[in-house]
Amino acid sequence: MAGKTITVAIMDAPYESANSTTALRIVQSALSKGHSVNVFAYEGAVNLTMKAQAPHPNPVKGTSVEQEAHPTTKDWVASLFKMAKEKGLKLDWVNCGLCVDERGAGDWVEGPRRGGPKDFFDASNASAATLVIPTK
Amino acid sequence: MAKILNIVETAYRGTIEEQDDTVLWLTHMLKNAGADISVLLRANAVNYACKGQDASGLVFGEAKMTHPPEIDKDVAKMIEKGVSIYVVEEDARERGLGDDDLLSGLRRIKRQGIPQLIDEHDQVWHW
Amino acid sequence: MAKYLLIESRDPFDSADSQYFAELVQGLAKRGNEATVFLVQNGVLPARKGSKYSTVIADLVKSKIKVVADRFSLKERGIRQLVDGVDTADTDRLVDLLVEPGTKAIWH
Repeated sequence: MAGKTITVAIMDAPYESANSTTALRIVQSALSKGHSVNVFAYEGAVNLTMKAQAPHPNPVKGTSVEQEAHPTTKDWVASLFKMAKEKGLKLDWVNCGLCVDERGAGDWVEGPRRGGPKDFFDASNASAATLVIPTK
Repeated sequence: MAKILNIVETAYRGTIEEQDDTVLWLTHMLKNAGADISVLLRANAVNYACKGQDASGLVFGEAKMTHPPEIDKDVAKMIEKGVSIYVVEEDARERGLGDDDLLSGLRRIKRQGIPQLIDEHDQVWHW
Repeated sequence: MAKYLLIESRDPFDSADSQYFAELVQGLAKRGNEATVFLVQNGVLPARKGSKYSTVIADLVKSKIKVVADRFSLKERGIRQLVDGVDTADTDRLVDLLVEPGTKAIWH
């Protein structure tokens, strides 16, 4: 049943909630099954794509930056964009503009675009399914 | 057009810095965009329907909060705009909210009525 | 009759609201809807056999509600034995359920 489009709304900032990981897993699964995906990143989720995220060493484990290979969500998102492109699918990632402004999160990796609630509404209307993943 | 139900349960999360509840704000924006959208306030969010909420007076050093959130007014405005705002009766009662405490124009629903309300909507977004 | 995909990410050890969601699921099923509960993140904790809240999961299964636990979440938590009747799957299955026509997806 490939070839559909789903819309996912997310709110959690990176490194704060298991929700972010699960949301990206859902995007990964949808793409791997041949579906296109719209993501509406609301509130703290706009921080997921910030270019300035950087990996770091781990002094508790005694690992260097290279050894620790600390993930950054911006790299995971960039990789999902690459996956979508290679599969000829669409990953449309909208960062809610006002949320971006208040968080200073406007410098993001290639791929996402600025938007707002209307984009979420339009995306939802054009999708086979919409899933809202709230924050607590 | 799809009938959307926004279920709001978390209350007062970042509402000072945001100057609103961000899900109620989103609801208002979606309504303005033409959505057929209703709101169910449950759990602590039933308190959003309480009259007389006052978040004014905060000061941080020299920075004064001059435009605090007025969530009760936001809810009232949405009711005026034709958004159906449902409140779970038991959740309100458990929080000591009587009829006199609540805004007018709300639609009251019992907990056991939530599945039917959900069935009546095409999209259910649980925030 | 609608199809519901109810994704439970919270657990009753940490969230007093878990009971509401279990009741909601039962309420939707009693109205003749097809309901699948997909447990993810800490939502898989009560599905461990012998957990204090495993009866909540068992009750869902008894009510003919499909209960699926996310394999990664189970593995992440070292959960090896599940309440009888609970299926396991990955987010690929979640997506399959999500895109089934007529499905409403609700995340808790």
